[in-house]
Amino acid sequence: MGKTTVTAALARAAALTGRTVLIVEIEGKSGLSEMFGQPELTYDEAVLARGGGPDGAADVTARTLTPDDALLDYLADHGLNRVSRRLVSSGALDMVATAAPGIKDILILGKVKQIEVSGRFDLVVVDAPAAGHAISFLRSAAGLLDAVAVGPINTQATEVLAMLSDPTRCQVLLVTLPEETPVNELVQTAYALEEDIGVSLGPVVVNGVYPQVEGLDTDPTLGVSSDGPPLDLQLLEALGHAAAFRQERSAIQATQLQRLADLLPLPQIQLPYLFTTDIGPQEIDHLAREFLGQLPQLPALDEAAP
Amino acid sequence: MSATTEANDLGHLVRDHGIVVCTGSGGVGKTTTAAVIALEGARAGRRTVVVTIDPAKRLADALGLEGLTNTPSRIEGDWPGELWALMLDTKGTFDDLVLKHATEPGQAERILTNRFYRNISGALSGTQEYMAMEKLYELHEEHDFDLVVVDTPPTRNALDFLDAPRRLTRFLDHRLYRIVMAPTRGIVKAVGVATQAFLRTVSRVVGGDVVADAITFFQAFDGMEQGFKDRAQRVLELLTNPTTAFVLVTAPRPDVVSEATYFAERLAEGGIGIRALIVNRLHPRFTDRPAAELRAMASSTIDTALAGQLENLADFAALADTEEHHLEGLTARVAPAPVVRVPFLAHDVHDLDGLATVGTWLFTTGS
Repeated sequence: MGKTTVTAALARAAALTGRTVLIVEIEGKSGLSEMFGQPELTYDEAVLARGGGPDGAADVTARTLTPDDALLDYLADHGLNRVSRRLVSSGALDMVATAAPGIKDILILGKVKQIEVSGRFDLVVVDAPAAGHAISFLRSAAGLLDAVAVGPINTQATEVLAMLSDPTRCQVLLVTLPEETPVNELVQTAYALEEDIGVSLGPVVVNGVYPQVEGLDTDPTLGVSSDGPPLDLQLLEALGHAAAFRQERSAIQATQLQRLADLLPLPQIQLPYLFTTDIGPQEIDHLAREFLGQLPQLPALDEAAP
Repeated sequence: MSATTEANDLGHLVRDHGIVVCTGSGGVGKTTTAAVIALEGARAGRRTVVVTIDPAKRLADALGLEGLTNTPSRIEGDWPGELWALMLDTKGTFDDLVLKHATEPGQAERILTNRFYRNISGALSGTQEYMAMEKLYELHEEHDFDLVVVDTPPTRNALDFLDAPRRLTRFLDHRLYRIVMAPTRGIVKAVGVATQAFLRTVSRVVGGDVVADAITFFQAFDGMEQGFKDRAQRVLELLTNPTTAFVLVTAPRPDVVSEATYFAERLAEGGIGIRALIVNRLHPRFTDRPAAELRAMASSTIDTALAGQLENLADFAALADTEEHHLEGLTARVAPAPVVRVPFLAHDVHDLDGLATVGTWLFTTGS
């Protein structure tokens, strides 16, 4: 769906408006840092894109957040430092996570909440898990409240739930492609998130929309002038095939965008298809500016989870 | 459309193997590819079953899959073999395993109603992968299918299924398990000071009920773990048998190609070769002219219909170049396995005709 690309573009967009941003990567190997031309992320914060420049941009910072590390932090914060190393190294986290599913998710969300509350960044962007897992990820707080009635995990879950259900603190940006199956999945996910978890949904980001090109439906030979480049038959044929392909795909996309709008009454942000599979700093900048162009002002978000 | 195909006969996959495993990242058309291969199996006269994981709803409908099932349902059609399909029910498959290995009915009952077990069967990472492999084994060994085609769960690390049986047995070997199973009455007496602190910490974090559930589970499980381990070993042997073919499915994007390359390396380490590489969602190449040349032509015809069309052609030429560039290393990595390129399809596949159409890109026979 280009979830990580959209994460990068959103973060850069916010930075271009002067807001400091932290990206939290929770699945690893997402390719996020490469998009900014930077080495792999670690648990320590690293700047992915320096601010400054004509826009007066802020920095884009990023870090990873794994359940093991979050558990160590959590135990240290709760005065349980002594046994914490052993708890992690013995693989006990897997055991605990099995005993109480959602515990890994709540550790991560709890850490995100801690960062958010600290106010060190204007915006925290979480590159959240994909469709199916996104629901269980965000549902973990409510689920654990039922399972664990007292104690620190209960407190943690309560505070996370408060963050998730406050639209001024947290919004979820859903990312999709203008294709049939991704649109179906997105609509399902959207309703599940809103009804089950009560998170507030931001605009839907549709990634990979073919930009409009003029003149695809006209006879290319109309543009041929006597002093223009020579056009052989092969080239004319290729032009025709390429134009037909793009028109066909654009029509399918238009149908799916309309279907999405009918099924889900949320504003859409449409990011262009870039005709390259190599996403670098230049492409991220391009998408960030598209983002800003369609979002006259970034709403008062403290956190967003694409 | 001029998408090139280096090899479009993967007929050997369905003729010469008992099992075909489709691996690859999520979102690359793995489920559809598995269904296409299974359909070809039926067309080649074999009694075929496809195990799908989370198929898109319309494809599931087309395959007659109305919900999670543990038994395959037959799809009628005009082919000499048979085509069966099922949508993996992870928990149901795990329940069956427990019932199979239980030494007495009360043991199975105690496990199946335990809250800790219900969490394992639903949520322990790798359980879905493990159960996909378990189901494959069962269908192959116990149900007399000529060909079992299996889709793998869309995990980040799609090779989890190879580790999954080991992961579960490792889990059962866990120290907590050994502690609570120590031949004494009660935990406190059996465990040392350090372990008591350990259990207390776990209890403080997640609550005492949770720990009690876990202990009850391990006590109920006593005596069954060897059966699970033996079975996991046989599943692994079957997966590394030469009659099992691994098919790597990918798309021409750098992220999924690098994951696919990693899978290929990991499989090779495990002594498993890739029998075919299928690249889905490849954009067509309309011209051999370089994109830069086309763009230069476009800038000299500005404001005419031709300019837009030249730009468009240049866009696709540049795209085909980057896609091909990303695939180079991977195709070399899987050599001599054939590489099949399936173009971007205008419509999603959600019926048997659609599967047959994709099949024409993979198989020369029967189309």
